[in-house]
Amino acid sequence: MPKTLLLVGTRKGAFLLESDADRRDWNVRGPFCEGWPVYHAIHDAGTGTIYAAAASEWHGSAVWRSKDLGETWTLSSEGIGYPEDSSRKVSKVSTLAARNGRVLVGVEAPGIFESKDGGETFSLLTTLEGQPGSEAWDDPANQPPGHLGISAIALDKDNDSRFWAIVQGVGLFETTDDAASWTPRNRGLRADWPRPHEEVGFCVHKVVRSDDTRLYQQNHVGMHRSDDDGHSWTEITEGLPTEFGFAAAAHPHDRDTFYVVPLAPLHGRTMPDGKATVWQTKDAGSSWKPLRKGLPQEDAWLGVLREAMAIDTYDSPGLYFGTSTGQVFASNDEGGSWNEIASYLPPISSVEVAIVD
Amino acid sequence: MADLHLPGTLTPLFAGLPRRLDIEAATVNDAISELERQWPGLRDRLCEPGPSLRTHIHVYVDRERASLSTPLEARSRVDVIAAISGG
Repeated sequence: MPKTLLLVGTRKGAFLLESDADRRDWNVRGPFCEGWPVYHAIHDAGTGTIYAAAASEWHGSAVWRSKDLGETWTLSSEGIGYPEDSSRKVSKVSTLAARNGRVLVGVEAPGIFESKDGGETFSLLTTLEGQPGSEAWDDPANQPPGHLGISAIALDKDNDSRFWAIVQGVGLFETTDDAASWTPRNRGLRADWPRPHEEVGFCVHKVVRSDDTRLYQQNHVGMHRSDDDGHSWTEITEGLPTEFGFAAAAHPHDRDTFYVVPLAPLHGRTMPDGKATVWQTKDAGSSWKPLRKGLPQEDAWLGVLREAMAIDTYDSPGLYFGTSTGQVFASNDEGGSWNEIASYLPPISSVEVAIVD
Repeated sequence: MADLHLPGTLTPLFAGLPRRLDIEAATVNDAISELERQWPGLRDRLCEPGPSLRTHIHVYVDRERASLSTPLEARSRVDVIAAISGG
């Protein structure tokens, strides 16, 4: 029987939550990674390895890895660093993507490092040099809050040379030649602030791909959908309680179904009115429905960060999110009902899900 | 031989690394190089490119704040401190 594994990155290490295919009862293991702040933990289905991007205030940034589903861990930062004569510094490893032993690591200052040996050593793949706006990326005065740099990497499901990268506060970029060249993919997005370049200057929070042509995006200002693989975007915010949020998930079997967690946009950045709610569209953003059954509806001032929602690939997909106050909620019926499966974890940065044998 | 004391946050990261060890080195940097030789990857946990000590890694040689270039005497005591507070 397959095992369902949630990989949870927190301010105080990584945790693993385990269940079976029913996804009703969960067992919590951890903390792992010696309690380092973990910004993103993922599972490479091709090799079975877990990777965790972590940055210690004392000991710097590194990628932890476990080849035995969390029983043992080791870390490496060999090669994660800009040249000695560069003014750029790696202050944080922010995000990960992996397939079949190749690991991509997004860092701040913006750049992507890769490992071809399963996370033992790394080398610089790209800094997106030459892209509009890139001349300002290294200026600390221009860094947005959070200093994430490359805040997310999304892989193409078939083509290893093609992927997307978000530069925080700048926009979405696509490469089709393994990072040799990049193209901004921000047309049609909204920005409520001045921008020095036509193609960039957008605050892209999260991008998920539902099939070969459709992408969804939670932006700082609005939900958006692309039906031409990111070449253009259409806003689909209408019907949601706010335009702001971080986390998002696309249904694995239905391209029109998509989930998002709107948050109050100003300082609070928590769920509106203190009612925990995931919003679902089943018609590609034409209408939205609140999913609340089993979620706290009173004084629940919960925040959910960019990588802190995930959806599995069972026939009836399970949906999961973790909060900035350490709760993990799970649904085994596509968001129809929810259970709190962990209550007292450290602040959660990321939730990913894997199905393992 | 210098008398080297390491922080408890460092030792779990490297198999067999003790909290205290004797090390033959002319400077703090040489001591870290010797640690790196025995436990590959350790330098990156203490130093940034430059190289310089990481912001929150403080080194004291015979109770005086030190840098990578600080010389070590035959019986120097070297304390490596993970120097930050927080919850």
